[in-house]
Amino acid sequence: MSLDKDTVARIARLARLKVPEEELSTLAGELSGILAWIEQLNEVDTKDVAPLASVSDVTLPMRADKVTDGGIAGNVLANAPGGAVYVDPTDKNAGGFFTVPKVVE
Amino acid sequence: MTALTDLTLAELAAAMARKDASAVEVVDAHLKKLDEHRALNAFITETPDKAREMAKASDARRAKGEAGLLEGVPLAIKDLFCTDGVQTTAASHILEGFVPPYESTVTANLWKAGAVMVGKTNLDEFAMGSSNMTSYFGGVENPWKRKGDNRKLVPGGSSGGSAAAVAAYMVPGSTGTDTGGSIRQPASFCGIVGLKPTYGRCSRWGVVAFASSLDQPGPFARTVEDTALLLQAMAGHDPKDSTSAPLAVPDFAAAARNPAVKGLKVGIPKEYRVDGTSAEIVALWDKGVEMLKAAGAEPIEVSLPHTKYALPAYYIVAPAECSSNLARYDGVRYGLRVPGKDLVELYENTRGAGFGKEVRRRIMIGTYVLSAGYYDAYYKKAQQVRALIARDFRQAFEKCDVLLTPTAPTAAFAAGEKMDDPVTMYLNDMFTIPASMAGLPGISVPVGLDKDGLPLGLQLIGRSFDEETVLRAAAALESAAGFKGRPAGY
Repeated sequence: MSLDKDTVARIARLARLKVPEEELSTLAGELSGILAWIEQLNEVDTKDVAPLASVSDVTLPMRADKVTDGGIAGNVLANAPGGAVYVDPTDKNAGGFFTVPKVVE
Repeated sequence: MTALTDLTLAELAAAMARKDASAVEVVDAHLKKLDEHRALNAFITETPDKAREMAKASDARRAKGEAGLLEGVPLAIKDLFCTDGVQTTAASHILEGFVPPYESTVTANLWKAGAVMVGKTNLDEFAMGSSNMTSYFGGVENPWKRKGDNRKLVPGGSSGGSAAAVAAYMVPGSTGTDTGGSIRQPASFCGIVGLKPTYGRCSRWGVVAFASSLDQPGPFARTVEDTALLLQAMAGHDPKDSTSAPLAVPDFAAAARNPAVKGLKVGIPKEYRVDGTSAEIVALWDKGVEMLKAAGAEPIEVSLPHTKYALPAYYIVAPAECSSNLARYDGVRYGLRVPGKDLVELYENTRGAGFGKEVRRRIMIGTYVLSAGYYDAYYKKAQQVRALIARDFRQAFEKCDVLLTPTAPTAAFAAGEKMDDPVTMYLNDMFTIPASMAGLPGISVPVGLDKDGLPLGLQLIGRSFDEETVLRAAAALESAAGFKGRPAGY
């Protein structure tokens, strides 16, 4: 499978990655190379083979459906790159909000 | 008296238990080494103040008779483990300045056992790489050099800083993570021991995620016994990681102290004899077989027919999972934010500026193979091939107890070599990826030096959750090889 510049631009858009126009053709070459190399998997007969979903042979345990954590809104918001807005600035764990550019006009 | 920094982890723990040295003295001796060898760029963040504080607390615990398994032992932590109050970057610009308000389970277990953190080590960005050259904070230099050649060599990757720090005697042990070989390959390149446990043995909680069905934390040290001691403290069930196995932790150190391999069946997979492997590595592998045979083990040839497909299948599964995991870096909740005119542009600007080349490449491959219309052709196909790889191993382990293979197809290479084509770099992990795809435990043990004086390792792979046999065979190989190599000047 060979990818052209437009396809690479579309993948970048899907992945929410800004890729400068001048990098698109290099990337198209690299990604095509990787995909061509991956194509060798087509040699393998996988008819009736169930895809492996987990490597674990161990049955993983269920846990009780209980709240075990919480009341740490201050920690959750501590690294917000655009700053956070708190419901009650004197008690950050009371809750708050991440900030984003205006979405609704 | 031997310098404190020359002692193995077990010797260091014993010296502190005898009160020959305090944890504060031990940590100071190691922090001095961090100072001396800063040019290796093994650390992204050094934490000397925290280290001295932790050492003081350790001495206080010992005085009260409350010493843990790793009491007072200084360790370096791969900067992929979240550490409470200490910057955690994953070697990415997008996480620069991120200070987690919580501690990963594995590191919490280590501190509970009494260990002391000296700093956070450098790695390939988001653990994606085999050379440590993709770090936003610059590559790590391998303390080893070719004889008569002053060029800087890479330490391997992705856990290159952790491996270099142990090889340069800055710490007796460190943590890494292994997704496709990120512990075993750098261990081989740096002449030390590195162990990837069975998937599920160590909790992934608080470890920055790359490919969740493959990622597994594990230890580095200079001896098999030290590696076992570290694993002992790191491992265990964690309700916070739903894939962590609810199994008791065996006495790994006891297994490592018992190098009895009489009658042990050692499988030699014939498909690992591939073109492109250096002749010296093939010779070393044969030597390793002879060593285990001389120790009483029984080598048998086995077949793992789908070996050559592990690598291309990995390069579908790992990027697919990476593209999902890395969707969280959106410039809203943590990390870098590059403003845009609207929300979508904020995402695109942030991620475009925050991720390096290799990470962007893998996100795009992952996005493509998971996109509508391609899922069956790529991701489903890869997971089917993965099932066949796992079946190969199951069938081999009906005939043998452990597998012996090379760890990497070459010794450490120079910075800049193999950088032109991503696929060439990917081939470095050809011997480590199959076990990763099957979730099996593997260890790299330094066995000899090549003609340039660079260390080479051999890999032992075991059955699921049978690290004990792996450690026993590794200890036998270590004792037969008697590897005493040490990089000049360290």
